[in-house]
Amino acid sequence: MARRWLFALLLAASTTVLGAEALPVSPDPELERRVMAIAEELRCLVCQNQTIADSHAELATDLKNQVRQMLKSGKTDREIKEFMVQRYGDFVLYRPPMKTTTWMLWVGPFLLLLGGLGILLFKLRLRTKRVVDEPMVTEQHARARVLLAPATNNQSTTESI
Amino acid sequence: MARYLLPLSIFIVLAGFLGYGLKLNPREVPSPLIDKPAPAFRVPQLHAADKTITPEDMRGKVWLLNVWASWCAACRQEHPLLVEFARRNVVPIVGLSYKDRREDGLAWLKELGDPYVLSAFDLDGRVGIDYGVYGVPETFLIDKAGIIRHKHIGPLTPEALERTLLPKIRELSGA
Repeated sequence: MARRWLFALLLAASTTVLGAEALPVSPDPELERRVMAIAEELRCLVCQNQTIADSHAELATDLKNQVRQMLKSGKTDREIKEFMVQRYGDFVLYRPPMKTTTWMLWVGPFLLLLGGLGILLFKLRLRTKRVVDEPMVTEQHARARVLLAPATNNQSTTESI
Repeated sequence: MARYLLPLSIFIVLAGFLGYGLKLNPREVPSPLIDKPAPAFRVPQLHAADKTITPEDMRGKVWLLNVWASWCAACRQEHPLLVEFARRNVVPIVGLSYKDRREDGLAWLKELGDPYVLSAFDLDGRVGIDYGVYGVPETFLIDKAGIIRHKHIGPLTPEALERTLLPKIRELSGA
């Protein structure tokens, strides 16, 4: 019983800790939601495989503040992304625009998939053709008959035991 | 023999790409600011809080903008080279103290030497954001018209200085 109480107490304590950590930076939840939505789309250049929403790097925090400020001053999402691209390049966007330098990035996986499917189809067709093209000769038929013949008495008795 | 030719050629192409990829540094993201005007700013000087500094002050000169901070270990590694380079009087170097406390920055320059003709003080990193700074130290080469011509990410090395920066500086100074 005491243990259960202790557990409940610890659980309560841990949630308060979590609650304290998740305190919003600004009192306006709608603004925070928009900041996070944009931050999810921007790459943190310090820890490159994280968005600035996920990252705790100082630069990510600064950039989130920058986004917050720009939203407050009435900038649109598109203007904010434009602002980031002007400074950090397309690399800062998790969904880079389609251009001559990035089309391979967008189309590449599908090209590979198509190529793979093509090779697969080609191979499959080759295989069926090969099976049809090679008729069995008489010796092979005879051998198959022996192999497929009903088991001898010997084997069936051992099996029943 | 012919059936191995296709996998082999695919392998060679793949190995070629991967080998090339190994030599690239993913940390070095090319700056979109190259060949664009250096972003304007006006911030206090590190040495004199009542005076300001702006890139306009350097108009007509080829100069380096070196972003650094006393909390940055790679800057400490780079610093002796900057001090030595400043002594050669090739181009003026302007320092940008990035997200650092004033007293820490001043103490650092006193201890390790001051290679900068002027030092800007960017307390909140706002100038850093405008210059797309994401890893200190970073060094920008800016021409007489105030156009950014080159950006070096990370600590300067003697090789980078001799092979990349100096030829570019010569080219820009001559023109």
